[in-house]
Amino acid sequence: MNNLEITNTSLILSSVLIIIALIVDYKEQLGLGKDIFIAAVRAVVQLFVIGYLLSYIFKLDNTIVTLAMVLFIIFNAAYNAAKRAEGIQHAFRISLIAIGVGTLISLAVLFVSGALMWTPSQIVPITGMIASNAMTAIGVGYRTMNSKFKDQRQQVLERLALGADVNQASTAIIRDSIKSAMAPSVDRTKTVGLVSLPGMMSGLMFAGVDPTAAIRYQIVVMFMLIATTGFSTMISSYMAYKSYFNNRKQLLS
Amino acid sequence: METAILQAQKLGLEIEGKTILKDIDLSISKGEFVTITGPSGSGKSTLLQLVASMISPTSGDMLYKGKSINTYEPTAYRKEVSYCFQTANLFGETVTENLAFPYEIRKETFDKDRAIEALGSVGLSADYLDKKVTSLSGGEKQRIALIRNVLFLPEVLLLDEVTSALDAENRKAIGKTIRKLNKEKGVTILWVTHNTEEITEANRKIDIVDGQVKE
Ligand SMILES: Nc1ncnc2c1ncn2[C@@H]1O[C@H](COP(=O)(O)OP(=O)(O)O)[C@@H](O)[C@H]1O
Ligand SMILES: [Mg+2]
Repeated sequence: MNNLEITNTSLILSSVLIIIALIVDYKEQLGLGKDIFIAAVRAVVQLFVIGYLLSYIFKLDNTIVTLAMVLFIIFNAAYNAAKRAEGIQHAFRISLIAIGVGTLISLAVLFVSGALMWTPSQIVPITGMIASNAMTAIGVGYRTMNSKFKDQRQQVLERLALGADVNQASTAIIRDSIKSAMAPSVDRTKTVGLVSLPGMMSGLMFAGVDPTAAIRYQIVVMFMLIATTGFSTMISSYMAYKSYFNNRKQLLS
Repeated sequence: METAILQAQKLGLEIEGKTILKDIDLSISKGEFVTITGPSGSGKSTLLQLVASMISPTSGDMLYKGKSINTYEPTAYRKEVSYCFQTANLFGETVTENLAFPYEIRKETFDKDRAIEALGSVGLSADYLDKKVTSLSGGEKQRIALIRNVLFLPEVLLLDEVTSALDAENRKAIGKTIRKLNKEKGVTILWVTHNTEEITEANRKIDIVDGQVKE
């Protein structure tokens, strides 16, 4: 195995990189200094906490605790996705269902196919990867939906006036929302390995796993992310569009 | 007395403390041809949208065939009481998409011959089917929006200044089409217009001033 230990000294010395960023900020008067500083401190604290927590959970190897961690990740992802859903009612509930169902289905497929084993050290990081991608995708979907309902307000009204139901009046917008949410995953899958080596694969190679074995995991991960973003945003979009209408099937202003 | 097809009872609309329409009492019989006039901003479009249940009043009630329009399922109601917007944008990519939409929402197959015939009735050729909506003039959009509303005949047709962007010739053609719908098919017409010729064709004229009826 490689030497994977980063000493405290190296860690502290590497914070020079943050100082470089702060110097850039000062020189260019970006006004980001406070944000950069807070972001760096937050990252250090959050990662140390999660590092110790994960280490504990992995050692414990208890099904209930692992499941609790999975739920915690899904809840957090839903909470963050919902923050981007301005104007959409029940955004948290919708996000929770979308991310929850999307994540659990992906986990189940990986589990049944034998690509994933029921150990916390596999389940927890994979859940994190799936849920964070679903979270970002759903957020993009919400934003697209919001801007399309603004831009295409007149078109939606015309459809309603012709006697269309709310789903028939929103078909194009729902489709655009899902498309925009999925596009980054699809693009990333197309260029994978050509532009950047993904984190999962890099991590495995860092840890000394042979690249030909590491890519197998990466392939599974890419497929999983496409499936999850697609499935989650489909659920969230089909639940969210309804909140633009009232029970008289009128478009809200 | 025969019940009116449409009846407004003290209909009012207030948005953010501002009175848009106030105490509108109206009774429209089946088959009537009514024009609505009034200064810009007096509430004509809003009234038609209330009648089409595109918005709901904040006071009073609107009856259709003797029952509050709230008792009807909105999509079924809007197929019977069809509103044509003042400035139609059209949706989708092509004219065909717009004319096929009424069929789509009724789960019926698009009748292309019928669509071509309808285009002809407003002075547009079959070539228009494949045109992009973004390439159309305001007047062309108005005419396509109008036939979109009448491919399946409604009971009541609510027209909102649908000839404002047309030249005299096309305006006459549309006027003829609308009168035919009224006389031959018995469609009840409520038509917001400022054109004096169009007004004299009607059997009744309603004036809206400051959100109130001055018949
Ligand atoms: N959704 C709305 N919110 C606030 N004011 C509105 C809204 N819709 C219409 N109005 C106001 O109501 C008045 C009547 O508008 P409208 O019915 O379009 O008039 P008209 O068609 O007679 O020109 C106008 O003063 C307009 O600004
Ligand atoms: Mg108007």
